[in-house]
Amino acid sequence: MTDPVPERTPVLALEGVSKSFGAVRALRDVSLRLYAGEAHALAGENGAGKSTLIKTLAGVHRPDTGSVLIDGEPVVLHGPADARDAGVAVIYQEPTLFPDLSVAENIYVGRQPRRSLGRVDHRAMREAAAALFARLGVDLDPERPARGLSIADQQLVEIAKALSFDARVLIMDEPTAALTGSEVARLFGVVRALRESGAAVLFISHRLEEVFALCQRVTTLRDGAWIATEPVEGLTEDDLVRRMVGRDLDELYPKQKTELGDVALSVRRLTREGVFTDVSFEVRHGEIVALAGLVGAGRSEVARAIFGVDRWDAGEVEVDGRRLKPGAPSLAMAAGLALVPEDRRAQGLVMDMSIARNINLTGLRATSRAGLMDRGAERSRAVDWAVRLQVKYARLADVVGTLSGGNQQKVVLAKWLSTDPRVLVVDEPTRGIDVGTKAEVHRLLSRLAADGLAVLMISSDLPEVLGMADRVLVMHEGRLAAEIARADATEESVMAAATGRTRSAA
Amino acid sequence: MTMTAKPAAAPAGSATGSGGFLDRVLKVRELAILVVLVLMLVATQLDNSAFLSEQGVKDLLLNATILVLVGVGEAMVVITRNVDLSVGSVLGVSAFAAGEFLRGGGNPVLGIVIAVAIGAGFGVVNGLLVSLGQVPALVVTLGTLYIIRGLDSVWFGSRQITAADLPSGFVGFGHDGLGAVPWLAVLTVAVLVVAAYYLRGYRGGRDLYALGSSPEAARLAGVAVRKRLLTAYIACGALAGLAGALYLARFGNVDSGTGNGYELTVVSAVVVGGVAFTGGSGSVYGAALGALLLTSINSVLPAIGVSSVWVQAIDGVLLLLAIAVDRVVALRVAALLRERAAQTRSAHHD
Repeated sequence: MTDPVPERTPVLALEGVSKSFGAVRALRDVSLRLYAGEAHALAGENGAGKSTLIKTLAGVHRPDTGSVLIDGEPVVLHGPADARDAGVAVIYQEPTLFPDLSVAENIYVGRQPRRSLGRVDHRAMREAAAALFARLGVDLDPERPARGLSIADQQLVEIAKALSFDARVLIMDEPTAALTGSEVARLFGVVRALRESGAAVLFISHRLEEVFALCQRVTTLRDGAWIATEPVEGLTEDDLVRRMVGRDLDELYPKQKTELGDVALSVRRLTREGVFTDVSFEVRHGEIVALAGLVGAGRSEVARAIFGVDRWDAGEVEVDGRRLKPGAPSLAMAAGLALVPEDRRAQGLVMDMSIARNINLTGLRATSRAGLMDRGAERSRAVDWAVRLQVKYARLADVVGTLSGGNQQKVVLAKWLSTDPRVLVVDEPTRGIDVGTKAEVHRLLSRLAADGLAVLMISSDLPEVLGMADRVLVMHEGRLAAEIARADATEESVMAAATGRTRSAA
Repeated sequence: MTMTAKPAAAPAGSATGSGGFLDRVLKVRELAILVVLVLMLVATQLDNSAFLSEQGVKDLLLNATILVLVGVGEAMVVITRNVDLSVGSVLGVSAFAAGEFLRGGGNPVLGIVIAVAIGAGFGVVNGLLVSLGQVPALVVTLGTLYIIRGLDSVWFGSRQITAADLPSGFVGFGHDGLGAVPWLAVLTVAVLVVAAYYLRGYRGGRDLYALGSSPEAARLAGVAVRKRLLTAYIACGALAGLAGALYLARFGNVDSGTGNGYELTVVSAVVVGGVAFTGGSGSVYGAALGALLLTSINSVLPAIGVSSVWVQAIDGVLLLLAIAVDRVVALRVAALLRERAAQTRSAHHD
């Protein structure tokens, strides 16, 4: 391991840490050292193990092997409270707030200021929260409940929480994903001030320019393994991407050229109040259209509404010219729509059921006779698709929860492709799956489009969006902010639209 | 994914006493029960002027005390998004144990302490099973309900304790009071105020709300989840034990069937009182009002000449009404929040 500053004692470090979840090896022999007064970037693709690493530092996970060191001393963190008491503040990607509690209480939960007899001093807490917001330069009422705050505001509450105890180590998992340009600038100001006063910072962002702007050193992970730790100075973005991906981008995104057919999915002025507004677009047969945007921009909600999981308040949706009714998923399925949801564990699969049963959930009618299930038909239908998608399994009767994330995703795809859909909506199709399987999923999507399927792909993974899509639709705060042709789509143009910096009419 | 897309599961707000509109909704929620209660009592009084006599008020309060006590404990558990179904069995067993002790000539105060200790002991068992076992509280406490009831039957068999077996001072404590206010009610109000103050003013109490509001966030925020759950269950068990002792004092008559089916009445009272079953909101004052409302109906019906066979049906209607109100309020709140978000967004876009 090449570490340019070996003499100083790191404030917080991991040495040779491995962590597995079932058959999935999330971290393999990873080391990381965070020094006082230094901002350290953690780079890696989705599923590279960044989140597991953070949760290990935060005391949520305990390493299987290896150790966590604080000031050079090995420690065992029994839980998040231990990490917090050691001065480690973590801002997670998805804000973790208590909707029923006030904003001030969210900041001080478990650490409320107290007056005599151990009573919580509500007024002091309120004033301290107000002072934090003043320091951050935001206008938030500490008294209001957290329920109903925008994602950006929730993120600010998390940041205020980290500021509220003088953290020696500040860990931020994509804190800027939902922030606008000025909010990012403000956040960076706060982080720099913290760092200069001696805090160690671990920073994760998919926006590489932020890594270069904020950090001094960068550690790269790939498939759970440590790849490199090096100074940011002298690196280029291309160097970093190569370390993260480990292969050329072309191979990962095997986009075939296709002939575009008729309009398959037509969405006109779709609105769900307060969630998304006036969303109109079309997807043609043979086309892959990406729906990009920040977390919370309303992309998944649009997909859910199109499929009928949520009702829409206004607008219309047509599949091959047939109008769909709001809030009717079975009609949408009958019209030829398929939705591969964002959270495959909770929404895509029944985790305790077998592979075969999961695939056949969409074909209960096709594989039954006179209301009774035909086991043989069920099995052959499942085998057919499992083989076509190259699902790696021991037996079809195995519980789907024992498969790796990538293979689980293939089962979800098999479940929907077996309905012979006209339009496939995939929400984060490769989140949390390894690079190899990811390429397979991309190849599959590309082949399906070439066969005439219309694909609407929601993705937060920018290289995936740029590599796979014929057209990119970008959402910002519930509206379509831009429509960008494949030739014009770059990280900059998509991110600019997603953060609301440009607004070319859709 | 945006928070605004999720319909609020319950009338939101906390006991932080702020002026936000969500808090006002919450206050209205408790106020609504109070209004229903007062209207009912006033209407009954107009119909039957003997209803709110000194003895009438005293009976009303005496009848409510035991349910209020158990309801306060249950509310603390329900706030954490759990439930304790074993309270009826715990009440029965601790009442009988206290009775046995007093029949043998024991000190009444010590008898009450024994009942509380037995309840707390079962609370420890429930709390450990729920927090360590990672099994839904509904199932765990349904199990302990039957186990404790079974122990009860084995130990006591067909024996019975009657008022004649008990020291007269103890029985007097169950009946007398300051004018129309029975000692039992004074004790219950004291417990209620302490519990409410703990929930509002102490870290432990605030953690219970946090836990019920979002268990995952509580874990990440370093809330001592097991310890807090254990505390809630111990409090619930101890209050059921105390209620058992007071049951003995009030009725003087205990057998192995005492408290049978009581858990459902308690849960109804808590839910009618506005403590959301989904956790994180509500207050013990609400639960107490819910208990008072349910027990008052028992007194109101005979007073206006309605057969008491209607009581259960009316309790059920009240329960459904309470849940319907919660749901309507929750949808209304969610719609308001969405509208608000839409307004701020369009403001951004203008």
